[in-house]
Amino acid sequence: MSIRTLSPSRLRPARRIDRSFLAENKALIERIERRNVLRGALSLGALALLGGCDVTDTYAMQKVLTAVSAWNDRAQALLFDQTHLAPTFTEAEVLKPPRFEAYYGIADVSPVDVSNWKLELGGLIADKRSWTAAQIYAQPEQELIIRHVCVEGWDYIGQWSGVNLRRFLETVGADLSAKYVAFRCFDDYYGSIDMAAALHPQTILATRYAKEYIGDPFGYPLRLRTATKLGWKNPKWITAIEVTNNYPGGFWEDRGFNWFGGL
Amino acid sequence: MAETAEHLQARPPMRREARMHPLAVRIMHWTNAVAIIIMIMSGIKIYGDSPIFSFISFPDALTLGGDGATAFRFHHNFGQSGALQWHFLGMWIVVVNGTAFLIYGLASGRWWRMLLPIRPREVVATLADAMRFKLSHDDLTVYNAVQKLLYVGIILVAIVEVTAGLAIWKPVQLSHLAALFWSFQGARLVHFLGMFAIVAFLCVHVLLALLVPRTLLAMITGGPKVDIGRGAPPAALAPQLGE
Repeated sequence: MSIRTLSPSRLRPARRIDRSFLAENKALIERIERRNVLRGALSLGALALLGGCDVTDTYAMQKVLTAVSAWNDRAQALLFDQTHLAPTFTEAEVLKPPRFEAYYGIADVSPVDVSNWKLELGGLIADKRSWTAAQIYAQPEQELIIRHVCVEGWDYIGQWSGVNLRRFLETVGADLSAKYVAFRCFDDYYGSIDMAAALHPQTILATRYAKEYIGDPFGYPLRLRTATKLGWKNPKWITAIEVTNNYPGGFWEDRGFNWFGGL
Repeated sequence: MAETAEHLQARPPMRREARMHPLAVRIMHWTNAVAIIIMIMSGIKIYGDSPIFSFISFPDALTLGGDGATAFRFHHNFGQSGALQWHFLGMWIVVVNGTAFLIYGLASGRWWRMLLPIRPREVVATLADAMRFKLSHDDLTVYNAVQKLLYVGIILVAIVEVTAGLAIWKPVQLSHLAALFWSFQGARLVHFLGMFAIVAFLCVHVLLALLVPRTLLAMITGGPKVDIGRGAPPAALAPQLGE
């Protein structure tokens, strides 16, 4: 299977906005006067009154849905068993290369210049010295052949190797009783997982795929791979890790996706 | 005056009267109806993100969470996260209400009394009558063999559907359950086909209810009084239930 040049994901706009749009529609944009905007706002208010409580209902319903999603975070945390291992697979089942997914297309990936890259540490960590790629790649590695499940519904078997995250957190003296481990990425993506998942034996900071360095589109030089979370909970091109008790959110979570995202 | 053994034997068994559809059944039935509609409408939106069959897709107008304006206002996406939120709200209603419905149906004796036994010969005869438009609807309280078969069938489909759903939701934590469906995509396929089976049932169910509106009314008002004394739970269940 070849690398898909453009993933069909509907999680991102079908077309990126072309800057020429502004120039082509200059006249139209200039015609949008304050007066019209005000008139429009008044109409919207009138419409809301006419339509009974439709707009309010939508907001009230969204409050309920958000509350249920938070409840589902707690339910999943209760269901989570740190000693229960995810099924593993054979090398013959591994998809090479892995499937690409991000909030943009594969053509827009900016490769990380590894000579300038470093991993910054923050929050409840005793030794906050940053790590170079060479230092991380010198750490003992663990291999996982596990299923990657995307919230969209597709899946593949991947073969990932890297530093066990629990081991890494212990090495840098992280507070393992903290609630969250948060990640920041080179492409401005961000995310976080609960400490229980971070300490699961099948959670690693991956450096290799099928024994080779991870390719640029898949997170080189460092990405998270955890067997117990949906795909988007595995940030790529990690540049910083923070251990914290303050809810850090995440790129997709801030767009309405369930935070726990557990498998 | 003491009754003799002969007297006791001669007396017909006591009638226990109740509405055909007790209030609890009516509440659970309509709660189920709402929950299933939520599950189908949000489910087909989630399906659309990564369709199993390229030739099957669903318009956003049929979905929950698929309304572009609402999705953008709240989540800045095309409604996938909204659909997931709806689906996982519906999930709790289905699981809580469905479990209550299942326990009630089995423990009260209702299902044993109304849905069993199903005799193949009667199924054939009922189907033949249906073809000739000769079905009798005089007594709503007695289901014909095809009705029994459909109701038992949909209960089993619902159990498979929920199991497949749990396998998709938690393929790691419930990995042994997920293994029943061969692979993750196996569970997705079963969950999707199960949805079609439920929709097919709903079409027949709603059509027949509209053709014989008394049945629809009975699910609202409770329907005629029936003797719930006949047909009790099997002997194994009876002692615990005190029936």
